Amino acid sequence: MFIFSHSDYLAILLSLKVATVATFLSLPFGFAVAYLMTYRKFRGRVVLDVLVNLPLTLPPVVVGYLLLLLLGKNGWIGVWVLQPLGINIIFTWKAAVIATAVVGFPLMVRSIRTGMETIDERLIQASRTLGAGPLDTIVTVILPLSVRGIIAGSLLMFARGLGEFGATIIVAGNIPGVTQTIPLAIYEYVSSPSGDAMAIALCTVSVTISVAVLIFHEWLGRRMVRVD
Amino acid sequence: MELRFTAQKKLNPFFLDADFTIEGNRIGIFGPSGCGKSTLVGLIAGLHHPDRGRILIDGQPVFDKAEKVKIPAQHRRIGMVFQRPHLFPHLSVKANLLYGYKRCAEGQRKITLEHLVDVLQIGDLLHRGVNNLSGGEKQRVAIGRAVLSNPRLLIMDEPLSALDDSLKFQIIPFLKKSCETFAIPYLFISHSLTEMRIMAERVLSMTDGRITAQMTAEELARDAMGKSPVPYTNLLQLKGPRRLDGMFAYRFGDSELFISGSGREEALYELSSTDIILFKRHPEAISARNLLQCRVGEMFEAGNRIGIGLACGNETLVAVVVKQAVRDLEIKEGAEIFAAVKATAFRELG
Repeated sequence: MFIFSHSDYLAILLSLKVATVATFLSLPFGFAVAYLMTYRKFRGRVVLDVLVNLPLTLPPVVVGYLLLLLLGKNGWIGVWVLQPLGINIIFTWKAAVIATAVVGFPLMVRSIRTGMETIDERLIQASRTLGAGPLDTIVTVILPLSVRGIIAGSLLMFARGLGEFGATIIVAGNIPGVTQTIPLAIYEYVSSPSGDAMAIALCTVSVTISVAVLIFHEWLGRRMVRVD
Repeated sequence: MELRFTAQKKLNPFFLDADFTIEGNRIGIFGPSGCGKSTLVGLIAGLHHPDRGRILIDGQPVFDKAEKVKIPAQHRRIGMVFQRPHLFPHLSVKANLLYGYKRCAEGQRKITLEHLVDVLQIGDLLHRGVNNLSGGEKQRVAIGRAVLSNPRLLIMDEPLSALDDSLKFQIIPFLKKSCETFAIPYLFISHSLTEMRIMAERVLSMTDGRITAQMTAEELARDAMGKSPVPYTNLLQLKGPRRLDGMFAYRFGDSELFISGSGREEALYELSSTDIILFKRHPEAISARNLLQCRVGEMFEAGNRIGIGLACGNETLVAVVVKQAVRDLEIKEGAEIFAAVKATAFRELG
């Protein structure tokens, strides 16, 4: 039986908190981007597609470093937005949220898009001829019919968020009780000579949560296919 | 309703270029699959916009490129019934029906849910989910949803083509009754000549993205007869049968038709023009159960055959014979003639 330290519990809770907040924070943006990519034809669509999917292919450390450059004291957002408002993000749990959100965002958008692409174009046309404007159609037809895609995307992003390491350690650091998530705590235990047992214990927690989330995601995916 | 359409739309490699004005409440758009019928009605409904031109409904522009008028689909008040029902799967039957009604301005709500439910006979479906309905029930709800949005024009884009024959002729009376009861002008799109003759008065004939002719549904049927090896079909709406020796006798003009059918109170039958045999004089005895004394009306060429209109009281049948038969029987307009039809030659449609 493993006995977790106070900071281990904090790491588990922080991981759950960061993944949850990042998921909810990304939802409206993920839905909006998925809607644009699925239903709108505009110049720069390819650029948006590349930008959204870039974190999937970039090493997370690179994403973290780019975020540090943007949000840091000398970064564009840091200088022009955060400092005037007196906000400090770097090396706080909020930085971990942003890093997690950016890295998991493509997974969320992909799932929502998949959900939206299963909606028959004629349903949208029917709503328009029945008097619904574009926003009305989004709220009353597209949103309810892509809800499974939204849930699936959220779960996928949540699961990805629990495992986020590279970007988080760059922008949030590894401060026990403050920014240390499960992967960072494991990293620290693995780095110390007597930390193997605790590293395995945290790995077990991480695997358990991830497996539970992925099983739920898979179950939901199968249900989506059956219903559609 | 008057519809003026002068517009072009390029959809690679297809090009729609239509220019017509048509008046009427039961308008058909007829043409083969892929000729642009759905594109045309999509432009009228506002689902797509022409590259140039203008579209006016009752003199009011819904699209005019030159005047920069582009009324969005949701403000055109043009209801649509599609080939498939396309009901909102997350809503109940009642919520589907009320979707358009709720979005219709109060002053324009002339059709009520209660009245519509009565006409379409869907009262027992209201609280069910749409995924548990049969094909015919779904299409009735789809018709109801479009009608209840109180449109000024209803577009029916091949609403029967996904249904099998028996279901098709069950749905047609609901389509007709809804539009007649609530006085909604409609555009009925189909590649089926039979459907066109049942549903439309005036017909726009379409080929390769262009309107090639405008005529009555009857003229369309006769025109098609000359171009196709398929013979002309008489459509007979009969009612009030009486049972007689295993057959049913329906009143037809000033005589009766004996039919081996199901004997429904009101039924639509088709009779091929080639199943009518003509006699110059009364044949005395014949196995065919129907022998009608008719007067020859209009005669017209149909390819290498002759179509002969037969007036039986206030009803008309069309028979088709070869030219040689016309000569031998000395058939001419105004002449009296006898037409024989077997009781089994009638096919019940619905």
